Amino acid sequence: MRNVSKLDRRTFLKLTGLAGGGLMLGVTVGCSPEEQAASPAAAGGEAFEPNAFVRIDADGIVIYAANPEIGQGVKTSLPMIVAEELDAAWADVTVVQSDIDAARYDHQVAGGSRSIPQNWLPLRQAGATARQMLVTAAALRWEVDPAEVETRDSHAIHTRTGRRLAYTELASAAAELPMPAPETVPLKDPAEFRLLGTRVTGTDNDDLVTGEPLFGIDKRLPDLLYATYVKCPARGGRVRGANVDEVKALPGVVDAFVIEGNGDPTELEHGVAIVARDTWSAFKARRTLTVDWDESDAAKDSSSAAAARARALADQDGATEIVHNGDVEAAFAGATRTLTAFYEYAFVSHAQLEPQNTTAWWQDGRMALWAPSQTPQRAEAAVAKVLGVEADAVTLHQMRAGGGFGRRLINDPVVEAAAIARRVGAPVKLTWSREDDMAHDFYRAGGFHALKGALDADGNLVGWQNHFISFSHDGDKPVSGGSIRGDIDPGPFVPNYRVTQTLLPWRTPCGPWRAPGSNVIAFAHQSFLHELSAAAGRDHLAFLLALMGEPRWLEEGNAFALHTGRAAGVIRRAAEEAGWGRDLPAGHALGLAFYFSHAGHVAEVAEVSVGSDKRVHVHRVTVAADVGPIVNLSGAENQVQGSVVDGLSTMLGQRITFENGRAQETNFHQYPLLRMPRAPRVDVHFVESDFPPTGLGEPALPPLAPAVGNAIFAATGERVRRLPLTDAGWS
Amino acid sequence: MKLKINGRDHEVDVVHDDTPLLWVLRDHLGLVGTKFGCGIAQCGACTVHVDGEPVFACSVPAAALAGRAITTIEGLAGADGTLHPLQQAWIDHDVAQCGYCQAGQIMRAAALLARNASPTEDEIDTAMAPSLCRCGTYQRIREAVQSAAGGQGNA
Repeated sequence: MRNVSKLDRRTFLKLTGLAGGGLMLGVTVGCSPEEQAASPAAAGGEAFEPNAFVRIDADGIVIYAANPEIGQGVKTSLPMIVAEELDAAWADVTVVQSDIDAARYDHQVAGGSRSIPQNWLPLRQAGATARQMLVTAAALRWEVDPAEVETRDSHAIHTRTGRRLAYTELASAAAELPMPAPETVPLKDPAEFRLLGTRVTGTDNDDLVTGEPLFGIDKRLPDLLYATYVKCPARGGRVRGANVDEVKALPGVVDAFVIEGNGDPTELEHGVAIVARDTWSAFKARRTLTVDWDESDAAKDSSSAAAARARALADQDGATEIVHNGDVEAAFAGATRTLTAFYEYAFVSHAQLEPQNTTAWWQDGRMALWAPSQTPQRAEAAVAKVLGVEADAVTLHQMRAGGGFGRRLINDPVVEAAAIARRVGAPVKLTWSREDDMAHDFYRAGGFHALKGALDADGNLVGWQNHFISFSHDGDKPVSGGSIRGDIDPGPFVPNYRVTQTLLPWRTPCGPWRAPGSNVIAFAHQSFLHELSAAAGRDHLAFLLALMGEPRWLEEGNAFALHTGRAAGVIRRAAEEAGWGRDLPAGHALGLAFYFSHAGHVAEVAEVSVGSDKRVHVHRVTVAADVGPIVNLSGAENQVQGSVVDGLSTMLGQRITFENGRAQETNFHQYPLLRMPRAPRVDVHFVESDFPPTGLGEPALPPLAPAVGNAIFAATGERVRRLPLTDAGWS
Repeated sequence: MKLKINGRDHEVDVVHDDTPLLWVLRDHLGLVGTKFGCGIAQCGACTVHVDGEPVFACSVPAAALAGRAITTIEGLAGADGTLHPLQQAWIDHDVAQCGYCQAGQIMRAAALLARNASPTEDEIDTAMAPSLCRCGTYQRIREAVQSAAGGQGNA
């Protein structure tokens, strides 16, 4: 809401104009339509720019896309929300990516599946405000009651006479009108939506399929130089010495120099920059570069040592108690049946397909940047801080990002490029190699769960314990993605529930990875729930529905909390659409899992068979999701299908292992991404509820791993308790 | 070196004889539609055609391609700008998420359809296997290839 109600520059000028004697309102609204038509503004086509999202002039309608596009579709879906309330025909709309401007836009961020919920109301208000002013302009022109003016397909229509005026013809008149307070402008009844909920192809698709420059890595400038930046393979290592003079003499190399980092891996690590005439010359020069690394303060992490330590702790409770509801000891003592299981999963990398890159140009005390970032406003601030310049001396131009998945929330490549460009004094494009990317990620943390469950005589879940063994950089706080809340599923549904935590020391940086926390905890919790329902001899669908109980909000008054009715709705829908309980081809089995994350309720059913070689075939995944009203049906389905493929790709064979602080996997030959022959059919069903819309970049990922694991159990009787599957003997 | 790209002759001066075609296209000729993804022929983002066959531009030295017909995503549409049926199908099916791999996907699919006008689903899967999509748009790629193949068959 603040986006629109915050005074933009134009509004400010108008209001000060009004305060100074009614300049705008008095003169413009008071003049006749003829006078208005004859005014220079109308003849010259003054632009109507009522807020930071809409600009209409005689040439057309522009809607600004403020948020970073990383493949989640917001360069299409967010402008659609404006166009809906504006009643602009989508074909008439030109979408323009906004510059970074914290004064105009509050949340230029791609993260947390928050783009839709955060922008839903402000963008509707932005469109509706513009529409109301256009209606007023038309009514004045026709000298009729605004109530007689309707809008459709970028036109104002006088209902009694059928007269029509295009928005483009009304823009200059609307530009002279006073601004209504956005929150006073009526919004459409969702039943009247024409555009939202339909399938709209992405705004950049014409350029994508013809290879036009769009991405950060595509940026070109006159006399551009190309850089690579070499850092210690164990994180935190410093440069003791390097043969930069030898490297500088190589063909194609322009410069080579050591950069002193600032000790913060999210900003600037120590390293050696090589600047060359083209990317290949820079990459090739790395083969000659020898760096003497000082690793006295570098990471020494070992995945195998961490796993051994975690397994040794499995039988104990963690030192830190996260939550204890009821009386777990009594529940387990009185249980008819108890189960224990140890779940574990590896560290993984983001592997966004566009390698990290930034183009930077230091000129006259100002830094210009072109970068794919999920947090471009923060990138500008980080660069200003590290360079020691004023914030307004740094300008970042947002570029389309070839994937993000959380990696580009952190702007280390942007800072590196700025540090290099400042030294070089010419435009420089920094490109990371794939190997740089895999060795210098902010990894999704691995983890271990020692789980215990208690069932009563009726097969009800009466007790649950989880000792979550995770990691910490400082011995106090868990690493990013390594924390656990006490109120996550199934916490609220088990009367006696206890979670404790142990933190193992870990130096290598960790970071948010699509559906942080949820993407792994869902695997452990929702798989173990299936172990319990199977042990109780109960159907898992009935077991999950019974767990949810009566429809209710778990947090009254919070429309972004779990609602058990919505949960049951998607669980039932997924089961129904997948044909839960039907006869299946020989060797096939179904697995069901539900998870709530990022305010999205999602259930998935996987149909799986397993070959004699323990080869896992996922034939089909049926998804039911309740994220409220759907904005762009095409984009929404794509996000869900992609989340399922991402979840499967990750669980099958992806892992980063560390020894002596070094990531052992270096490129896609050792870090397999799912390829088309193994991609399942994904059927997507949306339960379109009237609750506020929530995001869809993340919540469809967490249920996938437990759904597949539960199906593998149903097919084979073998339980998946370790990911990736290839580490547990599957293929 | 002399290269024939998208029907035009180019004279390019590069520093190193072993410069992969990818970097000649991107850094020297400004044809940035061909993408860098892995540098080791594992992801397919750099797929172009050499004499009609799909090739990993990251792993073939440009100097080895003198006299060969190189086609990049920028040269796939007709000379009058008419989109290749696959490009149109990619738009109609809204295939892309981040879109970074899609130029390579389209080039690989175009090579497939050029030699097999109506591939089965298995043939599509096999032919497309060298091209990774990190966003997981495989289902739509399959549908777009099938519809473009159907469209060509009916034409």
